[in-house]
Amino acid sequence: MADNFFLPQASLDTLFAALTGDGRRILAPTDRDGRTELNPVTSPGDVAKDYLQTILSAKEAAFPKVERLMSFSTGAGSVDLKDAEPSAVPTVLFGIRPCEASGFKALDAVFNWDTRDRFFNARMEALAVIGIGCTRKDDACFCTSVGGGPGSTSGSDILLTPVEGGFLAEVLTEKGKAMAALAPEAFKADPGLEKKVVEVPVAFDQPGLTKRLKDRFEDGIWVEQSLRCVGCGACAFVCPTCVCFDIVEEADAKGGHRLRTWDSCGGHMFTLHASGHNPRETQAQRWRQRVYHKFSYYPERYDMLGCVGCGKCTRACPVDMNLQEHLAEAAQA
Amino acid sequence: MTDTNIYLPHLMRIAKITQEAPAVKTFRLEFMDAAAAEAFSFETGQFGLYSAFGEGESTFCIASSPTRKGYIECTFREAGRVTAALADKEEGDVVGFRGPYGNRFPIEQWKGKNLVFIAGGIALPPLRSVIWNCLDLRDWFKDITIVYGARSVADLVYKDELKEWEARPDVNLVVTVDPGGDVPGWTGKVGFVPPVVEALNPSPDNTVALVCGPPIMIKLTLPVLAKLGFSPEAIFTTLENRMKCGLGKCGRCNTGSSYVCKDGPVYTLEQLNSLPAEY
Repeated sequence: MADNFFLPQASLDTLFAALTGDGRRILAPTDRDGRTELNPVTSPGDVAKDYLQTILSAKEAAFPKVERLMSFSTGAGSVDLKDAEPSAVPTVLFGIRPCEASGFKALDAVFNWDTRDRFFNARMEALAVIGIGCTRKDDACFCTSVGGGPGSTSGSDILLTPVEGGFLAEVLTEKGKAMAALAPEAFKADPGLEKKVVEVPVAFDQPGLTKRLKDRFEDGIWVEQSLRCVGCGACAFVCPTCVCFDIVEEADAKGGHRLRTWDSCGGHMFTLHASGHNPRETQAQRWRQRVYHKFSYYPERYDMLGCVGCGKCTRACPVDMNLQEHLAEAAQA
Repeated sequence: MTDTNIYLPHLMRIAKITQEAPAVKTFRLEFMDAAAAEAFSFETGQFGLYSAFGEGESTFCIASSPTRKGYIECTFREAGRVTAALADKEEGDVVGFRGPYGNRFPIEQWKGKNLVFIAGGIALPPLRSVIWNCLDLRDWFKDITIVYGARSVADLVYKDELKEWEARPDVNLVVTVDPGGDVPGWTGKVGFVPPVVEALNPSPDNTVALVCGPPIMIKLTLPVLAKLGFSPEAIFTTLENRMKCGLGKCGRCNTGSSYVCKDGPVYTLEQLNSLPAEY
């Protein structure tokens, strides 16, 4: 059970100082050059004011855009391999939204369902999340349609909800307790604060959608919905749960590195065989894969959804595809 | 931190290179690390990721039989950046290997049965592993038939082994080349694999069929086997979707809720029928 406290706005300074004093990096939404993105901060004053969400997701803290899996040096008839250690800096993600905080579960499902991914795990171990519940939303938000909510505690170690003069602080996990213990003076007794978050209406019947997808594979709606998709992959790159990756080499004649990079199932090359045969050769097939992977294969395989309803893909799409609307359409009989 | 780096390959020395056909080579690979060699085992049907350091990794089956110890073999066609770099290697050079990955052919369940192998082109390598595995356990099985087709006589791989199988009284080998692919003195058949299988008319009774080839060959051979009376659970194939990790994470081979790299690459037709046709 969560321990509830009152965290006065002014006490954030104390908390930030205690966290940085403990050797932790704090990543929080900042406003720079007109973009709200996660960046290292040292004081609460650096944190963006009145933001809805960052454009990119928080997944980068555990699953970077590019990371080194190993290095090698090559000589005449010899190769030396050098293992790569993940640079798992103790990090606090401050101020991410509940939708994104819950997204780490979906990444963990893939990275650890069978063999364990050292790189992801090392970063997760070093990561703590102080989420902030939502007091506003936009038209792209649909967390409540996929089992989440603007005040959901899932994935947060401490969840803050704005109240008059500060925050209601729910200390949820051992990691949360450890952070609170660094600045006990910041966390005041809860005078019985009311947790008040924005209302996000349910946009579609998700269990119905998952069921409906079972017999909708050959349906024309995947073609219709994806006609304007340009396959840019922006939806995957901003997604907190998209986990598909590429492995590439960066090398010269003497050696180099093997790198893991984000990838997207929306690209033609993603499934292209060496022979030229492509199992998903049309954009419609690739769009369908995106929807099925998140709403049919994930539930079947991992007993969870591969979507948290953050709406980042809808906001990022250059041709205005709206995931929420497409899913609502697909859920219909 | 107890997790190991699952992406780290073994270093392998190329012990032998065989030029099988134009642009097709077989590497015999030996572990450079004695402890890794000792700890390694695999089963027929499994695959690996092979590194040309500096270029990347490619996915091929292990084309040798697990009954042949001390090395693994892979056969590949030069098709892209990594395979071109591999093709440039010489005996004694070092490449990387991760594996074995994926499931296997359940050969112990086929004891007392007839086996029909049907392969096309560069898809003989995965079946070659099973063929030698079964020939090394010959007593387990009844009749063994191998149908192998390639575009042309030159494109046939494992030419010496085809002669060996041809000469064995306990193997029925049928080799065919596409119309126009024959040469003067060619004693094999001329024709595409599906009609050759149909004409051969193997009995489905107590028989397992293994089919591997280019998608079009598989697509046209499956109905022939159905017509001959083979049931979907008696037909096996092995898929090779594009892969990057081989570990059920990178997402590329995902077909329906199945990961070809984990739940496959070996599937019965019955299993394939329950997946979307994205392979």
